[in-house]
Amino acid sequence: MSSSTNTTTHHTSTIGSIGAPSRRNTELALLVFAVAIPVFAYANVGLAINGSVPAGLLSYGLGLGLLAGVGHLVVRKFAPYADPLLLPLATLLNGLGLVVIWRLDQSKLLQSIHVAGGKATNQLLYTAMGIALFVMVLVFLKDHRTLQRYTYISMVAALFLLLLPLVPGLGLNVYGAKIWISVGGFTIQPGEFAKIVLAVFFAGYLMVKRDALALASRRFMGLYLPRGRDLGPILVVWAISILILVFETDLGTSLLFFGMFVIMLYVATERTSWIVFGLLMSAAGAVGVASFEPHVNMRVQAWLDPMGEYALSRKGVAGHSEQAMQALWAFGSGGTLGTGLGQGHSELIRFAANSDFILATFGEELGLAGIMAILLIYGLIVERGVRTALAARDPFGKLLAVGLSGAFALQVFVVAGGVMGLIPLTGMTMPFLAYGGSSVIANWALIGILIRISDTARRPAPSPAPNPDAEMTQVVRP
Amino acid sequence: MSELTLTVMRLGFLAVLWLFVIVAVQVIRSDLFGTRVTQRGSRRDSGRPQQAARQAAPPPQRQQPSGGRQRRGAPTKLVVSEGSLTGTTVALQGQTITLGRAHDSTIVLDDDYASSRHARIYPDRDGQWIVEDLGSTNGTYLDRTRLTTPTPIPPGAPIRIGKTVIELRK
Repeated sequence: MSSSTNTTTHHTSTIGSIGAPSRRNTELALLVFAVAIPVFAYANVGLAINGSVPAGLLSYGLGLGLLAGVGHLVVRKFAPYADPLLLPLATLLNGLGLVVIWRLDQSKLLQSIHVAGGKATNQLLYTAMGIALFVMVLVFLKDHRTLQRYTYISMVAALFLLLLPLVPGLGLNVYGAKIWISVGGFTIQPGEFAKIVLAVFFAGYLMVKRDALALASRRFMGLYLPRGRDLGPILVVWAISILILVFETDLGTSLLFFGMFVIMLYVATERTSWIVFGLLMSAAGAVGVASFEPHVNMRVQAWLDPMGEYALSRKGVAGHSEQAMQALWAFGSGGTLGTGLGQGHSELIRFAANSDFILATFGEELGLAGIMAILLIYGLIVERGVRTALAARDPFGKLLAVGLSGAFALQVFVVAGGVMGLIPLTGMTMPFLAYGGSSVIANWALIGILIRISDTARRPAPSPAPNPDAEMTQVVRP
Repeated sequence: MSELTLTVMRLGFLAVLWLFVIVAVQVIRSDLFGTRVTQRGSRRDSGRPQQAARQAAPPPQRQQPSGGRQRRGAPTKLVVSEGSLTGTTVALQGQTITLGRAHDSTIVLDDDYASSRHARIYPDRDGQWIVEDLGSTNGTYLDRTRLTTPTPIPPGAPIRIGKTVIELRK
């Protein structure tokens, strides 16, 4: 965007401004494509499992198409200059998730253990709620800078959301991780919403404090060492993330929380040293906690030796699970091109096959080629978020866009890395793909905020205000 | 279902999925906005544009403003004729051009004598281009007079900012 030209060779260059077109029609075309792909996948699953096109094809396709259409019309009306890719990419992931959840619903084994069965309908309902929240964000949040007013309220709200699962009687202990709450029969993962609220707080806070955090430092071995008192904020956030790890025993939330702060701190201050400090601190914290917290320690052991874990689980030792190894086998049996939709055996993962481990089903049935495409789609969403941050004109919008896309990227990394055995498993879910109301709803809100920021960022600059002096000016020519 | 159909669908699905990714990337490629820099080939023989190209433009005629359309005889481009950016041109399309060392300026001046927001050039309602000094330290000069107020730019008159000289040309 800068107009630096190649002047050393004396090229003659022309700089002209390109007005950003609204690109809504591009978005519509991509959206049609993004709805057609899951419909194709749905038909494919039906043909593979039952030998016939599933009866719900039309209603399912219409349902997804309707939701996407509503989203598109609202964007057209309320955010006409928004990024054309965010909505189609999210729609595609959501649609593919629905198909695979439906596919796992068909499994007799999963039905018998009440993991699957009718979940796709629920997920479609959650998607509708997510789109409703997306619409509300776009309609009511006219300018993302209003969020800046709620910086410290956001901090309180985020801490409240993060602490909710620890409230006795409200929190649920689901297989060791305490990140759910139960309200009136519904289970909610407050951490999913906390990540958005936290991004608002970090953006507002860092926008004000970044100069203090960036400038006052000494240089040592190429690194800017911050002064002791400037380490305060990062130490506090680190301590809180460690507390989450100890009390909620969830590596994912802890990593997301701390990682997001480090990313935003780096973007706000442009100091690489924060990343180095962040990595060192999180490594030290994770190792320290894993050495004394039994649940975290068990996860780490299962990560280091999934086969041993599988053997223990086979012997019936309590507290062990074969799912990590089953997931790896699912990826392996998928090979490069996969077994085809509906033709894998990922129901062997049993518990959480359609939520935490849904990526394994994709890996088995679509193979490496499909997984790569899906990870690329996630990457494109993150790229659009970062691009929005680059284009945003106000520092708060920049930081917020980076924070949200950073949180999204971290979540994808934590889940995909956990399922594939790169890092220890966590209790988080793949955004949009996995079964789960909180995740889908919160991520649609996240996409809504990104679309709002990108609309502001890409809106053509208003024509220059007429100078009130210009009329009265007497021009005296020499 | 026959094995063949399923295989075709399996590969077809992967192809469609990848097609979507490729289309999305193509959209990103065509989604550039901001400023466009068009290289017009190197002109090593003479680094700077010909001064002779400057010709006496006909006196600007008063005309009704017609929705921002260009008037006859109005300059169409801004040319940097001296300084480190020599040879750079900016198309004049009714937008405000800001000059300065600030990186978000339309023309980023790499000039020790320029202020970060030095001057701006903008069209008034009649389409006449006006140069305005934005309170710079070392001043903006039109011909040899230091600007104190927003001033219309006569065609071909050099505007000097530090070591940089720019002109409006047709």
